[in-house]
Amino acid sequence: MMLLQEAGAHPLSGTVASYVWLLPLLPLLGFVLNGLLSLVAAVRLGPVDPGASHADARAPGAHDANGGGVHGDDHHPVARHRYAALTSLIGPGMLVLSFLLATAIFLAMRAAGAHEPFVQRYFSWMPVGDLQIDAAFQLDQLSILMVMIITGVGTLIHIFSVGYMVDDPGYPRYFAYLNLFVFFMLVLVLGASYPLMFVGWEGVGLCSYLLIGFWFSEKANADAGKKAFIVNRIGDFGFLIAMFMLFANVGKLDFIGVNAAAASLPFAGVVVTTICLFLFLGCAGKSAQIPLYVWLPDAMAGPTPVSALIHAATMVAAGVYLIARSNVLFAMAPTAGLVVVLVGAVTAIFAASIGLKQWDIKKVLAYSTVSQLGYMFMGVGTGAYAAGVFHLMTHAFFKALLFLGSGSVIYAMHAAYHHTGNHDDAQDMRNMGGLKAFLPITWVLMWIATLAISGIPPFAGFFSKDAILGAVHSHHEGSTLDSATLLGIPGGAILMLSYVLGLAAAFMTAVYMTRMMLYTFHGPNRSGEKEREHLREAPWSMTGPLVVLGALSAFGGWFNLPALLPLGPIGALDRWLDPVVGESTLRITNGVAVETPASTEWLLVGIAVAIAAAGIALAFARLKPASLVPKKDAPAEHGFERVLANKYFVDEAYDAVIVEPVLATSRGLLWRGLDVGIIDGITRLFIQSKDDDSAPGTTVPMGGLLPRAIGWMGSQLQSGLVGTYAWVLVVGVLFVLGAFTFR
Amino acid sequence: MLAESLFFSAVLFTIGVVGVLTRRNAIIIFMCVELMLNAVNLTFIAFAQVYGVAGQIFVFFVMTVAAAEAAVGLAIIIALFRHRQTVNLSNINLLKG
Amino acid sequence: MTHNELPLFYVFNFYLFGLVAIVSALAFVTRRSPVAAAMWLVSVMFSLAAMYVMLDAQFIGTMQVLVYAGAIMVVFLFVIMLLNLGHASELADARGLWWKLAGGGASLALLAQIFAVTRAKLPEAFLLPENTIANQVTRDGAIAPLAGPLFHEYLLAFEVTSVLLLAAVVGAVVLGKRKERAHAR
Repeated sequence: MMLLQEAGAHPLSGTVASYVWLLPLLPLLGFVLNGLLSLVAAVRLGPVDPGASHADARAPGAHDANGGGVHGDDHHPVARHRYAALTSLIGPGMLVLSFLLATAIFLAMRAAGAHEPFVQRYFSWMPVGDLQIDAAFQLDQLSILMVMIITGVGTLIHIFSVGYMVDDPGYPRYFAYLNLFVFFMLVLVLGASYPLMFVGWEGVGLCSYLLIGFWFSEKANADAGKKAFIVNRIGDFGFLIAMFMLFANVGKLDFIGVNAAAASLPFAGVVVTTICLFLFLGCAGKSAQIPLYVWLPDAMAGPTPVSALIHAATMVAAGVYLIARSNVLFAMAPTAGLVVVLVGAVTAIFAASIGLKQWDIKKVLAYSTVSQLGYMFMGVGTGAYAAGVFHLMTHAFFKALLFLGSGSVIYAMHAAYHHTGNHDDAQDMRNMGGLKAFLPITWVLMWIATLAISGIPPFAGFFSKDAILGAVHSHHEGSTLDSATLLGIPGGAILMLSYVLGLAAAFMTAVYMTRMMLYTFHGPNRSGEKEREHLREAPWSMTGPLVVLGALSAFGGWFNLPALLPLGPIGALDRWLDPVVGESTLRITNGVAVETPASTEWLLVGIAVAIAAAGIALAFARLKPASLVPKKDAPAEHGFERVLANKYFVDEAYDAVIVEPVLATSRGLLWRGLDVGIIDGITRLFIQSKDDDSAPGTTVPMGGLLPRAIGWMGSQLQSGLVGTYAWVLVVGVLFVLGAFTFR
Repeated sequence: MLAESLFFSAVLFTIGVVGVLTRRNAIIIFMCVELMLNAVNLTFIAFAQVYGVAGQIFVFFVMTVAAAEAAVGLAIIIALFRHRQTVNLSNINLLKG
Repeated sequence: MTHNELPLFYVFNFYLFGLVAIVSALAFVTRRSPVAAAMWLVSVMFSLAAMYVMLDAQFIGTMQVLVYAGAIMVVFLFVIMLLNLGHASELADARGLWWKLAGGGASLALLAQIFAVTRAKLPEAFLLPENTIANQVTRDGAIAPLAGPLFHEYLLAFEVTSVLLLAAVVGAVVLGKRKERAHAR
């Protein structure tokens, strides 16, 4: 009731914002409709290739074992679903409606200028004693920003998917999952309490699992889905523990209540630090940070638009959102902030170094995503929440563009291979080369995204990355993080180290992205004579979204210009997010608004740009696409190159340290020892089975006596006479009442 | 009169139990069950006097259920008798699997 | 006339009919003939109806007479006579002496335990002021205090009851119907 009254007084009540429930429900409707369509199993052969048999495209050898054994080769039979056209309308249509509504709500919020969060309470979800959890949505500056990113980028990726997936027999199922994902993602960002957020959190995990294993008939794809699901469980465990601890210490689980009550916790105390660290464990799982990042590269087994939407733009950024949402807690736990920054920085450079030696175009982008997520955590960890969220946004633009661009490349390669019956790997860069002649639009747009992610001005990534690195640098003196320590190391030193690691990672980013571009689009073409004739740009339904994303990647920086470069309104996003995160940022900087001298700032920007430019230049100078040979002729790597190409053997290490011991215990102790040895041994004492191989020819004196006696007694109870049953009943009642009487 | 009501109710209920345990005629047992139901009703009415009228409403529903139960139960007994020519439960063990 | 106007009259009658009910119940379980047993049970029902009235539940008392003593017991008698259960083999239905002793012993134990349980302290938070129901009956009549909640808070349950009765009617008809095939044979 209290919440309702608050909502009644809010300036947003009565505006379009009261339709916030419709935002997630539209994609849910899309899920239901597409899900129903997908139950209609009938397919008809598509117009592209009417004569092709399904077995042809699925022939053994179409996929080759690719390093880690997981590969996202987008081979699929050409067999269009009967209701493909309807699905093409419903799937993206729901997202378009949702995006329009989000825009309307955003405009209403700007007009209202309300600083208090707008909470819409729908019903009481878990009223258990002291715990009151409502099904409520919270609209504030942070959540509407996330909604805009999710629905906006989501719409573009949905439209792209129409071209990319339409000839797949599981087309309606694909869109059902994709719509369901958007629904859960919106629940995640709109939920007004941690438990409701957790519902979305688990839901997107489910959709991620479903879509990674979308082509589940390949065991490797299904395994990749399982891996993502299981690794994420570890993180979710942390999230759950954090919620339990919040309830035990604060007594509230809704954001407003927690933020208000968190002030009563001791600053930098064990409780709030532990809560924050467990929350960060959840983030590390969802957002693929060390040590739980291993699932994300394997997740590339899903269709490429899924990689763009879920595993680059939105879901994996949920951890960043969670920390930004819990900024009040993290502002009170500087030690946890240091952990976040350090893990982010180490992840950034670690993943970037792996990206240097990957050959699968999507694997490069996957490690790039892990690395960029590390940057975001550096931002939110150091208290620059607006900068972290800003990078989340620009990253959504350029990484979605990169993935969709790679999807466009794979689409072209695959179509060419399909025509000629070639079974090479359509995702390996060694099989590409010189594609700029065939895919000019994709080429230009991918270069924009590459420059953006490398941090070259004036593209979007430059501004956001610079904001994060600048914040890490400026917070190393005088902030609460500086006065805190982590394992005895002063916080200032850790921040400086993270800054240097971040710069090094920026250098590597420039190198591996340029390398990807060079090998894919430049130099001679290595795809083969016949295939070359079939390479062509994808239809406009696919390049259109790319163009929009290209514009956003190029000009996304204008959303939040630094004071240094007054090319338009300064710090629009900072001011927009100020009601949500401003206080916490100030608290971390001890109440002082950080004013770095312009000269220092110019120096920092100069260093960052110089490093990025040096990376690109180095890649151009040292990498020779002309000398590359197709995958099947490629020589083996040696030395450290081999370590990088095999991703530091982390998967193998996890296998050896965790998976194998568990399996060995299960087999040796639980199966052979406990089950066969003890349980079966006892059973064998009494039962003599004719087909008991383990003890042939031996006779046991008591054979079968005990079970027979028990069976006889049991059968006597079942006389079938109602009178007996009544007696048994009365005796039972006597016992139950006796338990009351003689307590 | 709450304590007295509970006393009478307990005695009537126990008499019903005795009937169920010692008789073998299906109809008599059925009537014993009705007696037990009535004993419980008395408790409800007694509590209604001190805790509010909801107890009486509950009795109202118990009566309805008892009426339905009597209709179905007696129909079962008739069908049983038609089949076996007896209502003596010692001779009937259809429940035995 | 309710129990707060003539307290002694009500208490006296309550005890009287309680005694009658117990005696009738004892007679009921000991009769061999089903018809006699049924008649004693009718007596129990009437006594209970009177006790309900003494407990300010006049309407329920009326329903007890109409539904239980009137309708249900008549159906019982009707079935007993329909099946013609008066002959000797059916009358010899009681179990042997040992069974009776065992039954009596179990019942006494049960009674003792029920007494022990009912001595538990009752929750006092919900206790009404004394004679609330009686005053309501004096003011609004015997039916209004019951009808209000029945058709507001318990309306759904009341409506569902009608479904239950319908199901019972259908079930009784199906069970009682002579099988067509058996008839043809």
